[in-house]
Amino acid sequence: MNAIVTKESLPEPRPASERELLLRVDNVSLSFGGVKAITDISFDIRKGEVRAIIGPNGAGKTSMLNVINGFYHPQEGTITWRGEVRRKMRPYEAASQGIARTFQNVALFKGMTTLDNIMSGRSLKMSRNFFWQLLWRGPAEREEIEHRRKVEEIIDFLEIQAIRKTPVGRLPYGLQKRVELGRALAMEPELLLLDEPMAGMNLEEKEDMSRFILDVNSEFGTTIALIEHDMGVVMDLSDRVVVLDYGKKIADGTPEEVQANQAVIDAYLGVSH
Amino acid sequence: MARLAEAASGGEDTFPKILLRNARVFGDRTAVREKDLGIWQSWTWSGVLDEIRAFSVGLKDLGLAPGDKVAIIGANRPRLYWSMVAAQALGAIPVPVYADSVAEEMAFVLGHAEVRFAVVEDQEQVDKLLSMDNLPTLEHVIYDEPRGLRDYDHTRLHAYTDVQDRGRKLLSADAGATAAWEQGFQDMNGRDLAVMLYTSGTTGRPKGVMLSFDNLIVSARNGNAFDSLNETEEVLAYLPMAWIGDHVFSLAQAFTAGYCVNCPESLDTIDVDRLEIAPTYFFAPPRVFENLLTRIMVRMEDAGRIKRSMFHFFMGVARRSGEKILNGEAVPFTDRVLYRLGEYLVYGPLKNRIGFTRLKVGYTAGEAIGPEIFQFFRALGLNLKQLYGQTEASVYITLQPDGEIFGDTVGKPAPGVELKIADNGEVLYRSPGVFVGYYKNDEATKSTKTPEGWVHTGDAGIIAENGHLKIIDRAKDVGKLTDGSLFAPKYIENKLKFFPNIKEAVAFGHERDKVCVFLNIDLTAVGSWAERNNVNYASYQELAAHPDVYGMIQAHVDQVNKDLSQEPMMAGAQIHRFLILHKELDADDGELTRTQKVRRSFIAERYEPLIEALYDGSTSKHVRTEVVYEDGRKGAIEATVEIRELTPYPASGATREAAE
Repeated sequence: MNAIVTKESLPEPRPASERELLLRVDNVSLSFGGVKAITDISFDIRKGEVRAIIGPNGAGKTSMLNVINGFYHPQEGTITWRGEVRRKMRPYEAASQGIARTFQNVALFKGMTTLDNIMSGRSLKMSRNFFWQLLWRGPAEREEIEHRRKVEEIIDFLEIQAIRKTPVGRLPYGLQKRVELGRALAMEPELLLLDEPMAGMNLEEKEDMSRFILDVNSEFGTTIALIEHDMGVVMDLSDRVVVLDYGKKIADGTPEEVQANQAVIDAYLGVSH
Repeated sequence: MARLAEAASGGEDTFPKILLRNARVFGDRTAVREKDLGIWQSWTWSGVLDEIRAFSVGLKDLGLAPGDKVAIIGANRPRLYWSMVAAQALGAIPVPVYADSVAEEMAFVLGHAEVRFAVVEDQEQVDKLLSMDNLPTLEHVIYDEPRGLRDYDHTRLHAYTDVQDRGRKLLSADAGATAAWEQGFQDMNGRDLAVMLYTSGTTGRPKGVMLSFDNLIVSARNGNAFDSLNETEEVLAYLPMAWIGDHVFSLAQAFTAGYCVNCPESLDTIDVDRLEIAPTYFFAPPRVFENLLTRIMVRMEDAGRIKRSMFHFFMGVARRSGEKILNGEAVPFTDRVLYRLGEYLVYGPLKNRIGFTRLKVGYTAGEAIGPEIFQFFRALGLNLKQLYGQTEASVYITLQPDGEIFGDTVGKPAPGVELKIADNGEVLYRSPGVFVGYYKNDEATKSTKTPEGWVHTGDAGIIAENGHLKIIDRAKDVGKLTDGSLFAPKYIENKLKFFPNIKEAVAFGHERDKVCVFLNIDLTAVGSWAERNNVNYASYQELAAHPDVYGMIQAHVDQVNKDLSQEPMMAGAQIHRFLILHKELDADDGELTRTQKVRRSFIAERYEPLIEALYDGSTSKHVRTEVVYEDGRKGAIEATVEIRELTPYPASGATREAAE
C-alpha cells in the first residue's frame, strides 16, 4: 500500500444524532378536508447532516417539505427552527430565515437565462430598494457586482459555465435541475430542501447530482433534507433516514437500520392494511 | 537559419532561462489569461515569473530534486503550465498525462515514469491517484482546485497555494534566495531533458518520448520564424496538455515568441471563449473544423430566406475566388468587388461568430481534413494550412507554406527537417527536433531511430513533384486484397468521413476478397436532417438503424466507390458491403485513442461477429456489445444490425488515362 491518503485516515465524522439541533418537528398533523396527509409525525434535522425522507407514493413526503418551508400550516403540532417555536408564516419568511428548496417539477423562469434564474435566488439578499436600483450608479451597482460574484461562484461550483447565457427552457432536464439547485444555493441557505432532485435523470446525471449534493454539504456546511425514490442514492448520500407511509412515520435511523426495519420492508413490498 | 544558430549558441536554451528573459523584455505584456468566474484574469510575464518562482522554491522545499519526474494531470490551466517550468527550474522533468485516461492507463504511465510528485487539477484526479496503490515512487500530490478536498489527510497532499506560500515565505525570509534560485538553473543547457510525453499509443503500451530543451526550443523558434509569429499573438490552450501539439503551441512557442496563452473557462465553453479571445494563431484537429462547418450549415438551414440566399450567393463567390485572392492569384474584377462586399455582409460576421476575426494563421493536423471543409474556411479568407508532425519530432515535420496549399498534401519539410521515403514507402525524417529516445525502452528507440538520426514515422507516403509530402496511410495498415490490389484503409475511411453525415468509418479488406466497412453516423448532422424530415428517434441506435438513414448513407458510399474507381491504384478497393454500427465508437470503450483515432485491431476483435456477417453474405446480424460508462460501470447494448450491399464501378482510371 502506498496510497497518499487512505480512506481510513480520513477523520471519522461525528454521528449525526449527536450534532446540534437545527429543526424539530413535534407531533405534526396536516389534513385537507377529510384527507389526512400527515398524522402525528415527529422527527428532527441536525446541523450539517443529510437527512432523507422516503416512503411510497402518497406517503406525505412532499407535504412534509411544504410544512417545513411554511407553505402548509399544520393543524396540530409544532415546528421548532433553531430553538424557536415557529408561528404561522409565509414561505418567503421561511426563505429569509435560511430555508431554500427545489421542486419535484422544475420551477424555473423558462425564458430567462441560467444566470438570471440563479440571480433571482439572490433577490431576498438585495438590500437596496427600488429607487436605488432605478438610480443604478453607486451603491446599487456595487451590490449587484457583489451578488453577481456570488452567483458566478455557484455557476463555477455546479460547472454550468457553458450555459450561463442560455435560456433555461432550451436546456435538457438534467441541467434544468442543476440550475434549480443553483438558484436554491444562491440564497446561501442553512437548510436546503430537495424534492426528488434526481427524478427522471439517467445514471450519469444522477451521479453528477449526488456529487453536487455531497459537495454542497461538505463545502458550504449546508444541512440537506431530501426526498428521493432511488434507494441506492438515499443509502449512499444520507446520514439519517425517516420513512413515511400513509402519512405516518414508520421508521427513523441510519440507512442500515432503516434497511433492516421490517415495517419499511413491508411498506415497500406491500402488505394489506 | 540565423535563428537556428541562435538556439544552438549560448542564447536562452532552457525554458526557465527564457522565462527570465521574457520577464525582462516583455515584463508588462500579458503572458497568460484564464477565464475565472466569468471574467478573464490575466498575468504579465513578470507576474508569471513571480508565480513560477514561488512555486518552484516551494517544490524544492518539499524535496523535489534534479532528475525527479513530476506528473502533470488536468485540463489546460495556467498553474499546471507553470508547474512544468517550475519543475524544470529545479532540474526535474515534467510528465504531462492525459487527464481523461482511465485509472489503469494512468497508473501505467505514472509507474513507468517513476514519478515522485504529481501536480493535478482537482479532486477527480486526486481520487484517481488514491485508487492506485502500486505507485511506490509517488510521494507528494499537489492540487490546484481545493473543492471537496478539505477533509483529506494532508500529510502528503498539498494545495498549490500552500506550496506557493511556502516558497514565498522562503523567498522573503532570505534576500539571496531569488538569486540562488536563478543560479540553480544557469548550469543547465539545451541538451538536458525538458519533458517526457507519453504517446497515446494506437498500438500497445504508451511509450515515454524524451525531448530535450534543444528539441523543443529549436523547433519552436523555427515554427515561429516560418509563420512570423511574435509576442503579439493570442492562442487558446484547449487541447490536452499531454499532447505534443499543445506543449509546443501553448508552452514552447509561447515562451520563445513571448505571446499570450488563453486558458478557457471549461472544456464546454471553448466556443464562447474563442469568440471572446479571437486567437491570431489557432490549431485544431480536423474534427473541430468539421463540427464548426456542420454547425454553420445547420444554422443556415434554419435562417430566414433572405439571409440564407445571401449566404449561398456569397459563398459561391468565395468558393470561386476566395482561395485565389488568399493565394494572391489573379481573379476577375467583378469577383474582387463582390468578395469585398461579401466580406462586409457575410464572411466578416461569420468569422466573428466563430472567433476567427483576427486569425493570422490556423493549422490542422492529426488526420486528413475533408477538401470541402478545408476549402470552405480558406474561401472565407482564413489562412488555414495543414501540417504533418509527430511527438518524436517535437511536432514539425512538414508544413504548407503560405500560397502553396494543396488539399491532398501536408506541405514541404519544415525548416531544418530532411525527408526521405524508404523502399517500403515509409516516410523517414531527420531534424533538430528529433527526440532523445523512449524512456526505459531502448529496443523501441532502436527500431524507430536509426544510428544516423533518421526516424521512422510509421506512415506510408510519397513526395510529389512539387516537393510536397502526401501521406497515404499508416505503413503497417496498408495491405492487399486477395486479388492483389492495394488496400489503404485510412484512405477509404477518410473519403467516407468527408461526408458530414458520416462521423467514423472502419474499413476491412486486408487478405480478404473484398472491402467492407463499419460506419458511425454523425448525430448532429443526421439528427438535424431527421428533424427537418419528421423522422422520430430516441437514441443514436434508433436513428442509425432507420431505413431512410441507411438509404442516405448508401448513396454516400456509392459516391466514394465512384471516386475510387477513378483512381488507378485504388479502383480495386471499392466497398462491397457496409453496415452502420449500433453504437458510437468511444474512447472510454477503448475503441478510439484519446486523440480520437480508431483502434483498428481492437475494433476487429470486439466486433468479430459483425465482420463475419459482412463477409458471409448475411443481410442482418444480432449483436450484444458491452459498454463501459464514465464511472467504470458496465452495461450492454443489443441490436440487430442491417448490412447493405453495393455494386462496384468498373475501374475507369485506366481508360481516362488513355484518353488523356
